[in-house]
Amino acid sequence: MTLLSKFDDVHNRLNSLTGAGGRNPFDVVIESINSSTTGIIEGRETLLFGTNNYLGLSQLPAAIEAAREAANSFGVGTTGSRIANGTQSLHRQLERRIADHFGQRDCMVFSTGYQANLGMISTLAGKDDFLFLDGDSHASIYDAAKLGTAQVIRFRHNDPENLHRRLSRIQGEPGGRLVVVEGIYSMTGNVAPIKEFADVARECNAMLLVDEAHSFGVLGETGRGAAEAAGVLDQVDFIVGTFSKSFGTVGGYCVSNHPQLDYVRLQCRPYMFTASLPPEVIAATMATLQEIIDRPELRTQLMDNAARFHAGLNRIGLSTGPQVSPVIAAVLDEVPQAVALWNRLLDLGVYVNLSLPPATPDDRPLLRCSVMASHTAEQIDRAVDIFAEAARDCGLSLTPKD
Amino acid sequence: MLTADEISAVIVGKLLSNPKVPRDISGSSRIVEDLAFDSLAVMNFVMEIEDELDISIPLDRLADIRTIDDLATTIVALRTDS
Repeated sequence: MTLLSKFDDVHNRLNSLTGAGGRNPFDVVIESINSSTTGIIEGRETLLFGTNNYLGLSQLPAAIEAAREAANSFGVGTTGSRIANGTQSLHRQLERRIADHFGQRDCMVFSTGYQANLGMISTLAGKDDFLFLDGDSHASIYDAAKLGTAQVIRFRHNDPENLHRRLSRIQGEPGGRLVVVEGIYSMTGNVAPIKEFADVARECNAMLLVDEAHSFGVLGETGRGAAEAAGVLDQVDFIVGTFSKSFGTVGGYCVSNHPQLDYVRLQCRPYMFTASLPPEVIAATMATLQEIIDRPELRTQLMDNAARFHAGLNRIGLSTGPQVSPVIAAVLDEVPQAVALWNRLLDLGVYVNLSLPPATPDDRPLLRCSVMASHTAEQIDRAVDIFAEAARDCGLSLTPKD
Repeated sequence: MLTADEISAVIVGKLLSNPKVPRDISGSSRIVEDLAFDSLAVMNFVMEIEDELDISIPLDRLADIRTIDDLATTIVALRTDS
C-alpha cells in the first residue's frame, strides 16, 4: 500500500462509468453561456437543467455592471482575511443588507457556502456539546462535524420525532445542544418540517441552525426560506445560506439575533484563515439581493416552472420525490441505467446532474435536475420530451401516466 | 442489561434481515470489508441498531469500530457511562 494506491479504487470506479464509451460525468465543460437557461456543451446548444441558478440571476445585467464598477473602484481581490486586511466597506454593507432582509441583528459573510456551514457548526458546537444532524445532511455539515469537537448524533431524515427521541436520551447530561437541518435537501428536493423541528428544539432546550442554501429565494412569502414558509423564522437561532444558488454568485453567510455572533468571528477558523470575497462578487451579490427583494414574481415563476417540470417527469413515468421544489430528482434503480440515461440526455441537448451513491440517499442513483425562474414553458416541455426520448433510447420501460 | 455477546447477536439478526448481507456473518465479521458497506451504509446501519437498542452512538466512536463485536462492546460501554 503506497500513498497513492488508495486512488486505484477511484480509477476503477471512474473507468466503470466511462467504460462503455460514456463521458466522465464529473468533467462536463460548459464552453459558453448563451443565457441563464442555455449554453454550449460539446459544440451543441444545450438546455441547462442542472445549474442551481434558481432565479437565473448569474446573468443579471445590473449585477454584471455592479461587479464592473466595484472592480474599477476596489480592484479584483482583497488579498486578506476578514479579521485582518480583508474587510472593505462593501463587505460590511452586504452583511447589513442581508441581516436587515432577515430582520436579524447581524450577519457574517463567508467566502463560500461550504465554509459558512463548516465554520458556524464547528465553532458553535464545542467540546462537551452535542451536535444533532439530519441523516441526509450535505457534506459541508458532515465535514463541520469532523472539524469540530462536539459529540455528533445523527437522526432520521426529516423526522422530528426521531430527533426528539435522541435528544431525550441525553436528557440531564451537561453541555449545549445544536440541531442542524436544511430547508431543502440538495439531492432530493425534500423540504424539512421546520416548525416541528423548532418545537422539538425548544422543548429540549436545543439551539436550531437551518441551512437555507437551496431554499433561500425559493420558499417563504418573501423568499427567506423554509423557516419563513413555516412561520418560525423567529424561532431559528442561526440561518446559514449560500450566494451560489438563488443569489447567482459565490459565497456564504450566517444571520442571527444572538449578539455572540460578533465573537464567533474571532473563533471561527474557516472565516479567519482564508481570504475574503473579492469586491466584484460582493457588489454583484448586493445587486442580485436587490433583484430578489424587488421582484417577488421570480419566485412565483420558479415554483410554477418547478410544478410543470415535476408533473412532466411524472407523466412520462419517471419517479421523483413527492414534493414540488426547484430541485427535482428522477430516481433510478441501477447505476448503469442512470449513467446511460444521463449520457443520452446530454447527446440530445439537456444537461442535468448525475448523482451517485453514496452521495445520494437510499443507495439509489439520481438524475438531479434544477429548474429556473427563467426557463420558458417551451424549454420545460422540450426537456420533458427529451427525457422520454432518452429513456426509450436507453431501453427503460416507463409507464406513462396519461 | 444485555451483555456484549447478546448485543452482537441482536446486531447479526438485524443485519440478516437485509437480503443483501452475506449469510455467513458472525460477531467477528468486519463491517466495511466483510459486509461491503460504504460510509453511508455504515451510518444507516448504526442508526437501525441505535433505534433497536434505544441508544445513541456518537459518530466519532465509529472510527474505532471494525467488527460487529467492537460495535457491541462500544454499546455496552456507552450504556455503562450513562
